[in-house]
Amino acid sequence: MSALVHAVDALRVPLPLAQGVTENNPIIRWSYLTEQSDRIIQALVQHVQLTVGAVSIGLALSMVLAGIGLRYRWTMGPITGTTAVLYTIPSVAFFGVLVPYTGSSATTALIPLVCFTLLILVTNIVDGFRAVPRPVKEAAEGMGLSPTSRVLTVELPIATPYIINGLRIATVTTVGLVTVAAIIGYGGLGRLILDGLRRGFWTPLTIGAALSILLAIVLDLAFFLLGRALTPWSRSVRTGRSGDHGEAGDDADAGSDPAGAARPVTAGA
Amino acid sequence: MSDESPPALRLKGVRKRFPGANQDAVQALDLAIPRGAIVSLIGPSGCGKTTTLRMINRLIEPTGGRIELEGTDVTDVDATELRRGIGYVIQQVGLFPHRTIGANIGTVPRALGWDKRRIAERTDELVDLVGLERDMLPRYPDQLSGGQQQRVGVARALAADPPVLLMDEPFGAVDPIVRGRLQDELLALQERVHKTIVLVTHDLDEALKLSDRIALLNVGGVLEQFASPDELLRAPASSFVERFIGGGRSMRRLGLTTLAAVTPHRGSVVSVDATPQQARAAMDEFRTDWVGLTDDDDRFLGWVARASVADGVALDTLERHEPAATVTPDDTLATALETIMNSRTLVAVVREGERFLGVVTLEQIHAELGALRDAGDAAA
Repeated sequence: MSALVHAVDALRVPLPLAQGVTENNPIIRWSYLTEQSDRIIQALVQHVQLTVGAVSIGLALSMVLAGIGLRYRWTMGPITGTTAVLYTIPSVAFFGVLVPYTGSSATTALIPLVCFTLLILVTNIVDGFRAVPRPVKEAAEGMGLSPTSRVLTVELPIATPYIINGLRIATVTTVGLVTVAAIIGYGGLGRLILDGLRRGFWTPLTIGAALSILLAIVLDLAFFLLGRALTPWSRSVRTGRSGDHGEAGDDADAGSDPAGAARPVTAGA
Repeated sequence: MSDESPPALRLKGVRKRFPGANQDAVQALDLAIPRGAIVSLIGPSGCGKTTTLRMINRLIEPTGGRIELEGTDVTDVDATELRRGIGYVIQQVGLFPHRTIGANIGTVPRALGWDKRRIAERTDELVDLVGLERDMLPRYPDQLSGGQQQRVGVARALAADPPVLLMDEPFGAVDPIVRGRLQDELLALQERVHKTIVLVTHDLDEALKLSDRIALLNVGGVLEQFASPDELLRAPASSFVERFIGGGRSMRRLGLTTLAAVTPHRGSVVSVDATPQQARAAMDEFRTDWVGLTDDDDRFLGWVARASVADGVALDTLERHEPAATVTPDDTLATALETIMNSRTLVAVVREGERFLGVVTLEQIHAELGALRDAGDAAA
């Protein structure tokens, strides 16, 4: 509890930073990077660990929750309702409230972080599985694919772009939220930021914020590339026929003649 | 589809009531599907045709009765195993968008654990069979037109060489021109693969064109008639069948019968070496003002007018008019009728390749229709 009180106190004191950037307190003092490199790297590593940990656990939990919701329809309302309520809890309060129970530990940092990913991930996973066209499901079943292989080899791949999108949003959000966990001493780069705030010292604040943003961008890009690698079909050249499954199609050279295939066969559009 | 061999598929008192429904979707349906035949299930909406089809591969579990596939009750087999042995084609195709065309076609063989080489060989074979190009194999379904996708759907259904193929409105989602072509292709394909095909359609003309037998169902899965297309048109078993078929029965029958069934007669046609007297005799016999000429190889040379035929003038020196109206024995009576209507001589020349087989006239078609009608009256 003391860490929390301390942190909140730190936020309450009038901030020397109000004086703005001065010659003695520049936006960044480059020597800090070399002098404090261990600390910076440690903060960055912790930040990555917390983010990856929270999103991984969140994804696993969300898969289970989405699976339950898709299987037993009546549970979908309560599941999204609960995850939505969790999502609305102010992050500072959430971290603080856990300290009496789980102490100032990684667990205390992870629980809220995981909870905040659930709404985003569950809804995206559910959307993804619901986006599997009915005829595709029917064909898979009618051809004699087992329920397991239908889910793993047909539905999951088709849901993948949605799941990746959810992961991107959840990850970027989590990178930001991890900094808040600094108030309980587990904030990764957030600790640099908090340190800067407390001491009225721009440099760690700048470095913490900049690396946090950079980390978010890098992870987002990584997921984007992963998504592309996992869904080669969505990159294939479209020929005017999107996923509308067999609206009257022209038969002539649809594959090689985009203009011809895009020609509307029926009126409209 | 000889009658003595046991049916590939037999439905015995099959019944389906959906949970919460207060009447049966299908009640006590008996049907024997002969091996190697194309059988259509047709009827108004609510007649349970799709339900019946889906009970065969147990996408819908029957409430009662038995469905036997090659003598085995389908409910005795694991549903997944059963389905791998039955080809399934649906209207919206349902190709896997994330798989290449090749992988789509190889779905069932892969599930059956075939090795890669065998799957690849089979895939190539099927692509040829359904008339697609092999360079389509690495593409994704979205890159294909509706007609091409439907061909892939058929190839995928045939992949593991199942004896039975179920098709649920397979050509319902493509435009009429492509539909006609796909229907022709299915018939040509069937000539080669001899599958037992059960096809659900709401299109009577499609059923008439494709089927060996048609099962016409009424609401609640009541079988009104199970007969060949010709018999259905000739002798509707009930007023319901008659109403369902509607008008144009005679015209539809003309579309079912090919000229091969009609014996073309030689008509007012003589050899080019015949005498003018013989030519006039032919014209008199058939009461025409034209006479056709054939050469020694039985090739049709053209028409000459009665007015130009004169004693002492060899027939082959006369001015000839090429026949505009030519049909083959594979054409239907409907086509012949259309051709005759558009010809000045009011006859169509029947040719097989270069060979002259005879002529067909309005009277002959009328007589044929009369025979159809008489047979219908006799049966009724």
